[in-house]
Amino acid sequence: MNIDSIKNGIVIDHITAGKGMRIYHLLKLDNLDCSVAIIKNVQSRKMGKKDIIKIDADIQINMDILGYVDPGVTVDIIRDSKLVEKRSIDLPAQLTNVLRCKNPRCITTTEQELDHVFRLTDAENRVYRCIYCETKAAEQN
Amino acid sequence: MEHLIDIAQLSTDEVDALIRKAEDIIANPAKYADICRGKTLATLFFEPSTRTRLSFEAAMYGLGGNVLGFSEAQSSSASKGESVSDTAKTVSCYADIIAMRHPKEGAPLVASMAASVPVINAGDGGHNHPTQTLTDLLTIHKEKGRLDNLTIGFCGDLKFGRTVHSLITAISRYKNIRVVLISPDELKLPSYIKKDVLQKNNIEYAQTTDLEAVMPELDILYMTRVQRERFFNEEDYLRLKDSYILTKEKLSGAKSDMAILHPLPRVNEISVAIDEDPRACYFRQVLYGKFIRMALILKLLGLEA
Repeated sequence: MNIDSIKNGIVIDHITAGKGMRIYHLLKLDNLDCSVAIIKNVQSRKMGKKDIIKIDADIQINMDILGYVDPGVTVDIIRDSKLVEKRSIDLPAQLTNVLRCKNPRCITTTEQELDHVFRLTDAENRVYRCIYCETKAAEQN
Repeated sequence: MEHLIDIAQLSTDEVDALIRKAEDIIANPAKYADICRGKTLATLFFEPSTRTRLSFEAAMYGLGGNVLGFSEAQSSSASKGESVSDTAKTVSCYADIIAMRHPKEGAPLVASMAASVPVINAGDGGHNHPTQTLTDLLTIHKEKGRLDNLTIGFCGDLKFGRTVHSLITAISRYKNIRVVLISPDELKLPSYIKKDVLQKNNIEYAQTTDLEAVMPELDILYMTRVQRERFFNEEDYLRLKDSYILTKEKLSGAKSDMAILHPLPRVNEISVAIDEDPRACYFRQVLYGKFIRMALILKLLGLEA
């Protein structure tokens, strides 16, 4: 499958080699009916090796998840077989319902309807903290 | 609308203004005695507290206002499963300002997101307790006449002691502060506070387990209680609770004008014999707590005398 062959869809490019499958699962791409290709270990001038995911449907994907798992990926939006937008995805400033707070003392443990919100407090070290109790987010797979 | 959830929300100028206001209230109580007439403070205490709740209530009465509320979760609709958000929305209909204590960390923030009146965090579990920190700052200012050029010793439970974390954060913004951390190894200050607060603000600090050795250096000694309710394991609590007990003997090496602070309640970590020592400030600290809360209520209600 080539980019050109997608009529309306999304290409997630510059994925760190080896993270393609994880992103596929986190974005729940296994639930889609359309064609989805995961291409692993593609030669890249910039990265050496990279993964690519191509989705042959115009769907909304959660950019926050993408940015959190692999900042630096790019998302190409294809419409009528043409590249209409290329977005670089950075670390999101805030994550809503992507991570869950593991602190047993946090209010989110007793109030089930609350959104689990984490804020980026240290971009250099990729530290996210729960907005309610300030507990640091554990790396979650 | 302004809330106070975390002491870090307040700029140094705002803290200084609150301290000035509290000192003016202390000097001229009559000027403020009627300023909150017709205003109501709701004290929503989902966890028991003597000092903080009574201090808020005394503060509001001292300003001529009214008080309503509850002092334990069992006597509120929380016992029927009502959410913090719904409680906050409901109470907003009855009160002009809310002071909330809750055992769960972040509950007052949740309340502030739902309430239509200002919310003050009166303690959320082991997390924040900003009015205690303001009380501590006013106490230091009243006792020492300044908030800069001080060596402050923090002694006891520096791991779970929220008052310690907040005071370190607040005092780190002043010039020429030196911090001495005195605790058993198991109750040391969390490394993220050392990194994010002390190191980030270039605050000189030392860590020790030996209180007497550092006593002569201190301008302020901030004692804390090892809190049973912060431990999941009773064995650990029993092993650590008597780590530091301040006695007259231990105080012999201290400066003659050192100020001893304690957020109270104490159990046995300060000998009762020390209460008569002029350096013991912890009961004056309780009184200052009322005045700083008066200043805070005025600020959040936007009232000027």
